[in-house]
Amino acid sequence: MKRVNAVVIGAGAAGGVVAKELAVAGLSVVLLERGKWYTANDCRKDDLRNQRTTLLGNAFGPEDEGNPRVWVDAKGVPHTALASEGGYQNNAACVGGGTLSYGAQAWRYMPQDFRMKSTYGAPVGSSLEDWPISYDDLEPFYEKAEYEIGISGDYSATPFHGPRRRALPMPPVPPGDEFGILEPAAKRLGLHPFHIPMARNSVPYNGRGPCMRCRWCCGFACEVDAKNGSQNTVIPVALGTGNCELRTESMVKEILTDDRGRARGVAYFDSNGHLQEQLSDLVVVSGCAAESARLLLNSKSRLFPDGLGNRHDQVGRNLQGHHYTGAIGYFDFETYDDVGPGASIAISDYNHGTPGLVGGGMLANEFIRLPIHTIDRLPPNTPRWGLKHKQAMRAWHKRSIVIVGPTQQIPSADARVTVDPNVKDKWGLPVVRFSGNVHPHTFDIGEVQANRAEAWLKEAGAIHTSIMAGRPDSVSAGQHQAGTCRMGIDPKASVVNRNCQLHDVDNVFVIDSSVHVTNGGFNPALTIMAIAYFASDALVHNWKGTGFRS
Amino acid sequence: MLSKRKPGLLTRRQFVAAGALGSAALAIGCKARDRGNWEYLTEEQAKTLTAICDQIVPTDEFPSASQAGVLNYIDRQLMRHYRRHRHAYRHGLEDIETASRKRFGAELISLSQPQQLEIVSDLERLNPSFFNLVRSHTLEGYYGSPRHGGNRDAVSWRMLGLAEPPIRGRAQYDLTKGSSS
Repeated sequence: MKRVNAVVIGAGAAGGVVAKELAVAGLSVVLLERGKWYTANDCRKDDLRNQRTTLLGNAFGPEDEGNPRVWVDAKGVPHTALASEGGYQNNAACVGGGTLSYGAQAWRYMPQDFRMKSTYGAPVGSSLEDWPISYDDLEPFYEKAEYEIGISGDYSATPFHGPRRRALPMPPVPPGDEFGILEPAAKRLGLHPFHIPMARNSVPYNGRGPCMRCRWCCGFACEVDAKNGSQNTVIPVALGTGNCELRTESMVKEILTDDRGRARGVAYFDSNGHLQEQLSDLVVVSGCAAESARLLLNSKSRLFPDGLGNRHDQVGRNLQGHHYTGAIGYFDFETYDDVGPGASIAISDYNHGTPGLVGGGMLANEFIRLPIHTIDRLPPNTPRWGLKHKQAMRAWHKRSIVIVGPTQQIPSADARVTVDPNVKDKWGLPVVRFSGNVHPHTFDIGEVQANRAEAWLKEAGAIHTSIMAGRPDSVSAGQHQAGTCRMGIDPKASVVNRNCQLHDVDNVFVIDSSVHVTNGGFNPALTIMAIAYFASDALVHNWKGTGFRS
Repeated sequence: MLSKRKPGLLTRRQFVAAGALGSAALAIGCKARDRGNWEYLTEEQAKTLTAICDQIVPTDEFPSASQAGVLNYIDRQLMRHYRRHRHAYRHGLEDIETASRKRFGAELISLSQPQQLEIVSDLERLNPSFFNLVRSHTLEGYYGSPRHGGNRDAVSWRMLGLAEPPIRGRAQYDLTKGSSS
């Protein structure tokens, strides 16, 4: 197999951007993806089998067969989880990764999100830290992501965001009924409601049409391809250069190193299950927080007996996602307009600055809900079954609004990914093992956020409300998983430097949410893409000097 | 299904072949185990499950769980994604029949509605893991997509007032929606 300049592992939010940036700069690239390439025709509108509601399996990978993970509960007991079960903390396995089927909220983190330790001090028992890069470093790359991926929205009504040079490239998707109900209520509370930025066409953009406002949005591939992910933006551009080859259903076994401790390529199982070697000048790991850490830990050799980049036992630590809390409001009038994407209005007033709380999070209305989502979201004291439950479904499905938000998690070094000593996947590779839990201050913040969501709903006229705020005793990761290959200056306390380059091996990069030091109080996709542009820029710059050959 | 097709649409040869196949399949099914219309469930199990499901979603001016095809949903999934729950169903349904006969001297399906409710309420209290499994599967079958064999003719979606088939692309032409404020 022909040697190439770069192997990129994982064709998701980050890997797609990296492949495109390197291919455009003239490097030869092989992009390896363990899943398949789905299209708009795979939307299916199946409310029991999609990427968000996975009762009958994951629509966009991985399959339940042969892809287990292990999670360890608070008592230290390990459990094996199927890919469609909650304990698995799944994102996706396909071209586009999570961006094929996400709700497509496309947030910039705020300047304070990159300086959490300086802003608040680290709570006891936490591993809260500042990023080695600032909002200002990322700003041009946020802008590049917004224009190349295609983001609609409007920040003009809120002062709570970092400075920006240009407005978003598309106006917001026209607001639905929930926006009309919630906007005046938020203003009466002195808040600053605005249109959620979304990777969703509101007007024709990038050669594709606008959102047609259907009911099947978050968790589904977009039927009219109006939702923008890496699979319909940067990856086609990468392939169009002629410099990039995408190999799907290709599972990387390990990163190969030479006897001087540099990477020489990867070993992977191709779509027929045959072990292949792809040699390269550099390797970029973009498998998302759980799988990137797993691959480094599974890449053991004489020089790296504990895994690549893991000399100081840092790979896999600081696993975090978002602690979602909020409230449901029940109204004596219809709130449901059957117009997607549903999520439309947000406030960032509560992301920072509450005395006694280390951060906070954005609050927004929920994506359009299907009946299956309402069965356990009925007013307090509604019977769980029987005639009263059926009547309550009729009464409230179209008369309720959910406000939720991603509470920024306080990271903990004990929340981590290791590889399981016993359980292996269908390729015979040791699987991800999750252990540890969420730093408890996160739950305190989450409860305050839930009460704020409830207050907003009451102001909007809700006649009943219920709070959604738990204190789960396992790791939090899921689709917003991050943190396992922390970016930092100190090689003893982090895995990669500010350019996403392993401290230990100069031709291996981790470019995805794994490098997030903290995860903001926002959906992470746009930040993952911005970091991918930022790191690719540095990589291409350094490549021109050395070619990473030594 | 061949049996639902009008004979007139088939050639005579196809019709004969279809009939022969149909009765052969039925005969084998009966001999092996009384499966009747079901892929996995026996007729006895289906009767018990019908009674439980119809307590979870009873009939009113809209169909009950079984009337909406929830048993099709559960039966099909026990051959597919829910194969891992077969053991729980086999034993759970057997236990509830035992309880029904012990308490009221008859099978669950033949009891009065208040008696069935009593048995199912007991099940929720005494064997919550099995009850919660059946509750989840029943509600999935009733409120989930018709493509999986439940929610016949999208009856629950119509009940909730959702347009079916759904209106698509409305925002492109209906200016009264999605343009306020």
